[in-house]
Formats: sequence, C-alpha cells, structure tokens
Amino acid sequence: MNNDILSSLRPAIVMTVLFAVVLGLLYPLAMTGIGQALFPAQANGSLVTENGKVVGSSVVGQAFTSNRYFQTRPSAAGKGYDGLASSGSNLGPASQVLVDRVKADIAAKQTAAPGRPVPPDLVTTSASGLDPDITPEAAFYQVDRVARVRNLDPAIVRRLVSNSVDQRLFGFLGEPRVNVFALNRRLDAIGARQAQ
Amino acid sequence: MTFQGWLLIAVFTGILLALVKPIGLWLFALYEGRRTPLHVLLGPVERGFYRLSGIDPDEDQSWRRYAVHMLIFNAALMLLTYAVLRAQALLPLNPLGFGAVSEHLAFNTAISFGANTNWQSYAGESTMSNLSQMLGLTIHNFLSAATGIALAFALFRGFARRSATGIGNFWADVTRVTLYLLLPLSIVLAVFYIASGVPQTLAGSVDIATLEGAKQTLALGPVASQEAIKMLGTNGGGFFNANSAHPFENPTALTDLVQMLSIFAIGVGLTYCFGKAVGNTRQGWAILAAMMTLFLAGTTIAYWQEAAGNPVLHGLGLPGGNMEGKEVRFGIAASSLFSVITTAASCGAVNAMHDSFTALGGMIPLFNMQLGEVVIGGVGAGIYGFLLFAILAVFVAGLMVGRTPEYVGKKIESREVKLSVLAIAVLPLCILGMSAVASIIPAGLAGPLNKGPHGFSEILYAFTSAVANNGSAFAGLTANTPFYNGMLGVAMWIGRFFIIIPMLAVAGGLAAKKHTPESAGSFPTTGLLWTGLLIGIVLIVGGLTFLPSLALGPIADHLAMIRGQLF
Repeated sequence: MNNDILSSLRPAIVMTVLFAVVLGLLYPLAMTGIGQALFPAQANGSLVTENGKVVGSSVVGQAFTSNRYFQTRPSAAGKGYDGLASSGSNLGPASQVLVDRVKADIAAKQTAAPGRPVPPDLVTTSASGLDPDITPEAAFYQVDRVARVRNLDPAIVRRLVSNSVDQRLFGFLGEPRVNVFALNRRLDAIGARQAQ
Repeated sequence: MTFQGWLLIAVFTGILLALVKPIGLWLFALYEGRRTPLHVLLGPVERGFYRLSGIDPDEDQSWRRYAVHMLIFNAALMLLTYAVLRAQALLPLNPLGFGAVSEHLAFNTAISFGANTNWQSYAGESTMSNLSQMLGLTIHNFLSAATGIALAFALFRGFARRSATGIGNFWADVTRVTLYLLLPLSIVLAVFYIASGVPQTLAGSVDIATLEGAKQTLALGPVASQEAIKMLGTNGGGFFNANSAHPFENPTALTDLVQMLSIFAIGVGLTYCFGKAVGNTRQGWAILAAMMTLFLAGTTIAYWQEAAGNPVLHGLGLPGGNMEGKEVRFGIAASSLFSVITTAASCGAVNAMHDSFTALGGMIPLFNMQLGEVVIGGVGAGIYGFLLFAILAVFVAGLMVGRTPEYVGKKIESREVKLSVLAIAVLPLCILGMSAVASIIPAGLAGPLNKGPHGFSEILYAFTSAVANNGSAFAGLTANTPFYNGMLGVAMWIGRFFIIIPMLAVAGGLAAKKHTPESAGSFPTTGLLWTGLLIGIVLIVGGLTFLPSLALGPIADHLAMIRGQLF
C-alpha cells in the first residue's frame, strides 16, 4: 500500500501539470484562436451594431417592456434580462408566488388585446431569463397594440410578424418562434421609412 | 404532445443507435491499447507524457495499485482547482476582476468537478474568472470523464481476463482516452458550437445600449471550448448560471440536439465496447436494450406530464403545456427529452429549469438519478454501475431458478455480491440520511425557495444529485452556504469514490478467476428474459428504496397541484 502511494506521487504531480497545460490552457486558447479567425462574429457574441454602437446580440434576448415594441417574456435574470445573472424563477408548480406573479402579468398584458386569452409564454419566465424568442402566437397577440401606439396599419405590422417567424429546422427541430430583437429592429425600420 | 416532438425523440434515438458501434469500436481500440489513426499526430505527445512522469504504460497494475494511483491523481487535480479558485484574484485572465472564491465554495467546487458531478453552488458569470473556468474547471471535465472511462475499462478487464493479477494501467487508460477520444471530439464540437453562436473569447463582457435605451451587460468568455467537453464528458457544469438554457451556451435547436447526443454518445459506445471485451457483442446489446427501455419510459412520462401542463395555471386561463422555466426555441418536447437524458446520464446540464417542471415531470429526473444513473449513465460510471446491478441480477436469478450464478464466463460468488451490494447501498444511505438531516436542522431548512412539499423536493433533489454525481438541481435551493457546500461536497465525494473502490475490488477479484465455460446450467445473459430481469432489478432496488421519499416530495406536490392547493 505505502509502495503504491509513493509510486503514484511523481506521475500524479507531473501528469497534473502536463494535463493542466494541454487541457486547461492550450485547448481553450487554441479554440479561441480558431474561433476568432474563422467565426469572429459568433465568437464575440453575435453582436449587432448600429451607428457604431452595440445595440444587442442576435442570440441573447434583451428586455422590451414599452408598448411601442413587441414585448419579451418576463425574466428572472436579475431585475430582468440581466446578462450577468442568468436564471429561471425556480418556482414550483403549486407556488403561491408563481400564481400571484402570473395573475399580475396577465392583467398587465391583457390590455394589448382585451378579451383574447394571453399566450402562456408571454406570462411565464424562461429558463435563462435571457430568452430571445416568443412564440408566433405571442407576437400576433401584440400586433394591435403596437400598431395603435405607432400609428401604423395593423395589416403591415401583422405581415412583418409573419415574415419574422422562424420555422422548425428540418420541420421538427425546435419550435416556431419569433426573435423579438430582430422583429423590433424591423419595426423601427418601418417607422424610420415612414418618417422620411 | 406534438408529432414533431415524438419525431425528435425518434430521430434522437435513431442517431444514437447508429453511433453505438463506431464509438464502441473506437473505445475498444483504446481499451486494448491498439494504434488509432490519431497516433501519428498524438503518439509523440502520449509518449512524452509517460517519459516526463516516469510511467511505464505496459505495467499491469493490481486493483489496489490502480485504485491508489487513481485516487492520488484525482486528489492532486482537486488541489489544483482549489488553489486556482482561491488565488483567482491574483491570477491573469480575470477581466471582470472577481475576488477569491470563498473557502467553502472552492471546497465544494473542487470536489464537484473532480467527482464528475459539476454541481454548481455558484453562478459562473458572476464568480469565475476565465482562467478559473479554463484551468480550474475545464481540465476536470476532461479528466473526471477519462477517469470514469478508465475505471470501466478496468472492470471490463476483470470480466475478460483469466487468472490474471492485474486490471490494466491507470495512467495509460486515462492518457489514451483523453488524447485520442475526448480531446479530438471536443475540438470538433467546439468549432461547431462557435459557428452556431456560442462565444469563444477572452473578453469578460460587452456593454449593450438596448433598443429601449437601457444598458445591458452580457457576460462572455471561452464558452464553446468548455461546452464541448461539458456534454461529452457528462460533466454538466455550465459556463453560466442558467447552463444549457443560456442562449450563449445552447443557441439553437440544432446545438441542443448535438448536446443531447454528446451526453449519451460515449455511454452507449461503452456497452458495445463491453460486449467486444468479453467476446460477445450480444452481451453489450442486452445491457443497452435494458437501458434504452428505461430511458424511453422516463421520456414518455416526462413529456406527457410537461405537455399536459400545470392545472393551477390552466385555472388562470393559460392553456397548454408548462412553459414556466422553459425556453421558447426548445419548447416542451426538447426540454422534457433533455431533462431525462441529462439525469439518466450523470451529466446534469439543463436546458430548462427542473424546479419549475410539473410535480411528476420533475420526479422523473429525480428518480433517474436515484436509480444510480445506470440508464446509459455517466461516461464509464454508468456502465460500471450497471454491471454491479448485473451481478446482483445473476445472483437473484440463481436464487430463483437454482442456476449457478455466473456472468460472461465468470462465476459470481459471495465476495462479488457483497461488494456490489456495498457499492449500491451507498446511494440510499447517503441520499436519504443527508436529506433527513437537512430537513430538520435550521441551516438545512433555510435552503429551499419553495414552501410545502416542493421545498422538501428541493432538498431531496440536491442530495440525490450530489451523491449520484449528477449536478443538476432544483435550483431554487440556496446552496452556496457553508452548510450545503460542506454537506454536498462530502456527499459528492462519497457518491463517487465509495462506489469506485468496491467496484475495483470486484474487478480485481474477477480478473483472478478462471474462465467458466457456458453450460446447460448457465442462466443466459442475452435475450429478452435477461433484459427484463435487469430492468426489474434496477427498478426494484431503486424504486422501493426511494418511493417513500418521493411520496413526501413530488407525489404530495402533484396531489396539491391537481387540487389547486398553493404553498
């Protein structure tokens, strides 16, 4: 037994150092080099720039709470869409806190389209708190409100949403969805065109 | 439930089954120490490692020596991680200027990653510097996985060898698995992830002026390189707090499918490798059949429950499945499937928050872990855990029909059965014992976020996850406290190494035995009867032990949920 321990010390220490260099430094640094060289946009967070300013990431969600925009889902990441504190609500299915929160959110969102049931994803928090997407139903649900606030023809806004729906990959992977950031940028673009 | 959801499950299963043989053959080459095409490139590296550390890769180690070298190596790795985390503030590649990780959190994290658990008491983006992620954590993702596969090889040799004194060389096993399997696959996967939108940079964060004029700061880092091995090695420790639900870790439905496949890929390959090692691939397929049956049963229940949704929310006018704690791009099907895969294996990565699953939907991940994570299981750990159940199964079969207990040409005698039971008993003793302690003392009761039975489920889930070396959580539990960091650290250590040592003793004992040729008195260990018996043993041992605790947690929660009683 003692002999087993003694004989293990040199390999244990040297192998730890060698593997630390190869797996802990060389591998991630080499991947960083390859990523930055081949896919610089994605490797740096798929950032979208407008007039020299970074306005968002096409991958990660950002908060939209005003009535001028299509709104995102509620978020449990920090105070909402905090990119340094990703988190779900972690509330269980029979939680009073969950029920109170959903009730309040339903009341707030219902003003968009009174009388129609609120799509579930619009009043439930995502797993990351940074969900970039809403379901097509949740987007269509907000069309009338957005059109009203922006003084746009609802048909135009509805067509904008239809064109923004991402379908399932290969017909079965993932769910139909609308990237809220991308949709709202297109919405702003219409506004800018009309102003001209 | 949707047609597309079932199609996803079918396609996933189909691709997985297609991977069994190629990965199994590759593993078998490493098991035998044969040359692979990658040796041209990496052979010199391997030999250099041996030379510098004074290792003779051909030395055949007794099970005791194998165990001691494995333990000391893992201890050295954990010390490295502890040191890196504690000294984080003084080290480079810390763009956000994080301070030292606290003693109890560094203790917990070092064990957690060393034991292939990757329980996260911390939120990565607000705790760990880039160097800590790379040097402290990524390295364990490789080596705890390689250790698991090496240990499985050792047990395979126990069954395959005749009248032998040794069970292989630990250093050779670990080095070969790391260099010729884990590293090359991780490189390919990391490039795929980067191309799909997973960041890989040394920057710490980026500031964004949102369209609404607010400021958003997004954490960045070398995410893709860690993501690749995190899934492949069934580690599961995310770069970010939200793990694979975070759009930067898992941006698309396609990356999600690749992640799910990576979790199971090596585990299913090992069943084929086992069959090759003992000279009859049908032995491997029989094990895989039992595993896949349990897996698909769990998937069906979880998907059904999540798609049925939460009656409490239905009452508020929200129709359909349960979307609380799920991402829109994955939806109900991919989230349910992922939750079953990650807990069947000892991965513990999540793409949805298990804490917010429906009561029975969330019970499936919990129950998967309580079965000992032998449904495919962690890389290496799954198959050696399952083989201990197989030993138990031939013993039970022997009692029932009066056959001589033997398995793949080895007589199973009282020593093997006792040691197997010892290893299997660690799980219920630690999970139930520690959960009971945490449920009565104030430091434990301070943890749960949710009240009522769901609060108990959070505690039970934490200790189950720790002892079973999974690492997923009912994440509402506030676990970054001295009590939970300490208790869960001990739980992870026991759950990993108190199973490994008896298992290696079994391997050593079996290797020394003579070959017993199959006779008319042998119980056939291929075919439907055997597969059914294996499933029965796993369910009876796991199920009966944990049913009372499940009744207090998820089942009580379910009854409250359908009655609309809130906590």
